[in-house]
Amino acid sequence: MRSSRALAAVAIAAATVTAAAACSSGGSSSSSSSSTPVTSTSASTSTSASATPVTLTWWNNANTQPLLGVFQNIIKGFEATHPNITITNVPMQNEQFKTKITPALRGNSPPDIFQQWGSGQQATQIQSGKLADISSQVNSWISSLGAPATAWQTSGKWYGVPYDLHVVGFWYRKDLFQQAGITSTPTTVPELEADNAKLRAHNITPITIGSKDGWPDAFYWEYFAIRECSQSTVAQAMSSVSLSAPCFTKASADLAAFMKTNPFQTGFLGTPAQSVPNSSVAALANGKAAMELQGDWDLAAGAGLTTDKNLASKLGWFPFPAVPGGAGDPKAVLGGGDGYSCTTAASQPACAEFLQYLTTPAVQAQIIGAGAGLPANPQAASALTVPAEQAAAAANAAAPYVAVYFDIALPTTAGQNLDNAVAKWFSSPEPTGASIISSVSGPA
Amino acid sequence: MTRSTAADAGLTGPGAADTAAPGPGAVRRRGRSRLRKLRKATELTILLGPGLVLFLGFVLAPIVVGAYYSLYDWNGLGPLTHFWGLHNYKIAFNDPAFVQAIEHTLILTGLALVIQGPLSLGIAMLLNRKFRGRALMRLVVFAPYVLPPAVTAVMWSLMLQPGGLVDQVMKAVGLGGLVQLWLANIHVVLYTNFAVLTWQYLGFGIVLLLAGLQGIPPELKEAAAIDGASPWQATRRVVLPLLGPTIRIWVFITVIGSLQVFDIIFLISGNNGGPGGAADTMGTYLYRTGFQSQAFSYGTAIAIIMFIFCFTFCLVYQRYALRRDTAGALTRAVT
Repeated sequence: MRSSRALAAVAIAAATVTAAAACSSGGSSSSSSSSTPVTSTSASTSTSASATPVTLTWWNNANTQPLLGVFQNIIKGFEATHPNITITNVPMQNEQFKTKITPALRGNSPPDIFQQWGSGQQATQIQSGKLADISSQVNSWISSLGAPATAWQTSGKWYGVPYDLHVVGFWYRKDLFQQAGITSTPTTVPELEADNAKLRAHNITPITIGSKDGWPDAFYWEYFAIRECSQSTVAQAMSSVSLSAPCFTKASADLAAFMKTNPFQTGFLGTPAQSVPNSSVAALANGKAAMELQGDWDLAAGAGLTTDKNLASKLGWFPFPAVPGGAGDPKAVLGGGDGYSCTTAASQPACAEFLQYLTTPAVQAQIIGAGAGLPANPQAASALTVPAEQAAAAANAAAPYVAVYFDIALPTTAGQNLDNAVAKWFSSPEPTGASIISSVSGPA
Repeated sequence: MTRSTAADAGLTGPGAADTAAPGPGAVRRRGRSRLRKLRKATELTILLGPGLVLFLGFVLAPIVVGAYYSLYDWNGLGPLTHFWGLHNYKIAFNDPAFVQAIEHTLILTGLALVIQGPLSLGIAMLLNRKFRGRALMRLVVFAPYVLPPAVTAVMWSLMLQPGGLVDQVMKAVGLGGLVQLWLANIHVVLYTNFAVLTWQYLGFGIVLLLAGLQGIPPELKEAAAIDGASPWQATRRVVLPLLGPTIRIWVFITVIGSLQVFDIIFLISGNNGGPGGAADTMGTYLYRTGFQSQAFSYGTAIAIIMFIFCFTFCLVYQRYALRRDTAGALTRAVT
């Protein structure tokens, strides 16, 4: 989801292509589901699945370049080594994808492979009964992906495999920091506030934020929450869908106090996050603000919105600073990733083989090269070339734990309600954050 | 209805001649009339059938199914198991955000009637006079309506950003003191959205009213003038009453459109309906809860509430305002 936000340039042309692709998917998915019974019996009786031709329909949100082309290349590579398997790529615009996937999972002909983001959203989707438990296919190798992949594990069973990871942190302009006389990046929130004051004194907007979209606001609240709350408290809150622990209230108070220092640009409540020239990432890319708390995709998102060819060298990255006195580990990061699931309609082991193929270092290098995110397979870490991105990846790897974005970690409805409540709270921050705390048990 | 009256009253030709003929034709006549009924039934089936099927399948059935789904707790994935009656409706009316969204929708509707109405009428009257460049002016005034709302929204959100074109123009003409955070100030953002909506949809009202004005015979105004009516009196007593049907239709379309407003608000102020939900409408609230939060049954309940709003308005308006315009066509003549 996050990467698609980075890549989402929602063109009408893309929508047309998607519509055409969606139409064609109807036919191919029905053909694949009709071939399914044959293949699955052959797969269970013989050790090799290479006998019967298999078609897999692949729904993803990579509808724009460069990832679109990369995925098409990956399909070619996979089909070359697996001559009996055909992958039908069905890219669609992210929001459209999300609207279509729920009815598709409820219907009788779901796609064979589809994108999802693990954790609580995955647990919600499992209720459809259409997600395939691929534990027996992936158990032998998935541990090589490390702890972040466990977001695709529910009740000890694997329902998906990540192909990239994401981490949220502060992107900053080295040139503007220098102008304001800031020599090292802040490690605590008071230091960050002091740097903001220095930047203001030099007439530089300290931090840009795209509050119109809501989810960037949630990054702040969630980071204060994981600085104030211990790992177990966060995990408990996500699994019990309750933010009643006092540290969550403390997080609201911290954020309200932080916002009192006027860290954001003028009119930030109306600023979109990405994709348009008046977005917060464009402000960072064009040097109109010194920092932005965003995902690792921010560079890719900003590069298209500036004429500056040297943007990558001007940006640095530092993790969200520590909150003095907080119970949370200051090295913990907020993040997540993009992954794929097989549905029960998909032929096995063909589908699981494809998901594994996506995590092989050579394929990972292609995906990471397209700016999709951080590699899901640690062996592909060398594919990152920009220092700021390397810093983000290093912080992610060194983190004692990765707190999955709360809107993904929670069941879908509760998670979205939390995002909406934080966004609303941003227009009038008050220290109790009562509306945020109660939001997760909100409507329906 | 009109068909049957036409058939009863004005049918000429062999059938009519037969009815008039007495005597031995009686049996044959009954046969003929049965045939005629059959023919009428076939005709109705063929003409109304396809439309009726589409209407039932894609309009009525979804409303009924939607009403049914709204009585459950359902996230769109599993089967409908958790029946909880009107609970979704209770949540909705106890949610301050939804009540606020209704208020905003009603404010937008009210403003549309009070501001867009007179404005369209005034401009339509101006454009109805003869002057140089009239065709060009008509084109210019109508142009925004032709733009897709998505384009309008993106364009205006660029111009309305802090320090954007709108702010600069206002400063240049000495109105710098009135500059606001158009999209970020919770007290302003709803009206900013209304201004953009007006910019987009004013042309529609103007064209509709202009067409109405052109249907008024100039002789009537001349006659009024000869009788000593001032231009104002002629407008008030002759033009406006004759424009009544057009105005009433315009009100109807505007109210329904305003109650459902979504696209421009969604694109300008985002899925949260602006800062603090200050520009949230029923449409954006429905999208946020139904599609984004995937609380499908709750979203359906919101859709049903919206439907009830629109439907009630339609019924009341049809009964009291549109009746005289549609008399004879949709209803029996007012007596």
